[in-house]
Amino acid sequence: MLDFLNSLVTDRWEWYVVGPVISLCMFLLLYFGREFGVSASLRAGCAALGAGKYSSFFDFDWKSQKWNFMFVLGTILGGFVSTQFLNSNGNIGISEATKADLTALGFTNPGVDFLPAELFSISEFGIGMFLFLIVGGFLIGFGARYAGGCTSGHAISGLSNLQVPSLIAVCGFFIGGLAMTYFIFPTILKLLL
Amino acid sequence: MKLIKFLLIGILFGIALDKGEVVSWFRIYEMFKFQAFHMYGIIGSAVVIGIVVVWFIKRTSMQSSEGEIIRFTPKNMSVARYLIGGTFFGLGWAMVGACPGPMYILLGKGFLLVLIIILGALIGTFVYGLLRSKLPH
Repeated sequence: MLDFLNSLVTDRWEWYVVGPVISLCMFLLLYFGREFGVSASLRAGCAALGAGKYSSFFDFDWKSQKWNFMFVLGTILGGFVSTQFLNSNGNIGISEATKADLTALGFTNPGVDFLPAELFSISEFGIGMFLFLIVGGFLIGFGARYAGGCTSGHAISGLSNLQVPSLIAVCGFFIGGLAMTYFIFPTILKLLL
Repeated sequence: MKLIKFLLIGILFGIALDKGEVVSWFRIYEMFKFQAFHMYGIIGSAVVIGIVVVWFIKRTSMQSSEGEIIRFTPKNMSVARYLIGGTFFGLGWAMVGACPGPMYILLGKGFLLVLIIILGALIGTFVYGLLRSKLPH
């Protein structure tokens, strides 16, 4: 038992630990009368910044989403705590096949840190990287709102409630994700590297 | 102070996704290449347990901490909205390797360039709000 608790600090959490913890978070939010959906914080963020002046979509009582801002603040803190105190800093356990594919694409040291330096390093920052990140973020924000939810709202909450719309949305996630990974990303990378 | 519990749930969520490497760009790439079970195990087990949790809440008419019966609002049926919106989302998810939860967690890990992704996501949300009436739903 003590070994297991110790390994929670020192080792990567396996899927059978992480999955149930996500379900627990969803349950706790339901118990406290809220619905699990992280991208709703972006809509509330736009509303709080005054977007209601430009579209009725943002003209709502964003203060009702204050709890979601607290949740988001918690996730930021969680990332900090995990990195500083729970030994979560690098060496991602990705498969050898993935490493080989990424090396072939031109990445050096795939998996030594959480994010590839080729896409996220400040020392290599330039206009190309800026465009890459802002367009990626745009697609996430636009797509999540268009689909009415993201991974937490559709893939976790929606599927848990056996919602057909969420299943359609998850199919969309994979259509877009596979198109990006197999066809678009290799081309973008050639422009970036 | 009533909101502090949501901060704590967020911290738990952030730690779990970080310790499970869900926030790593490499894990998302690996998932879309079907080269490991890891991400499928996480989402799959979360959904299977989630189905039991939701079933149990409905079955027992469980009350929330605020004393009201927990209710679930069914999502409006449509195909275009979810398929097109979902495809846009998937393109972004596979590109920068983060969905909305992980992008915040990565910021807490100290990856400051993730702020550009968050800015992009806010702009994307705003543009959706502007174009909403013109898009097929």
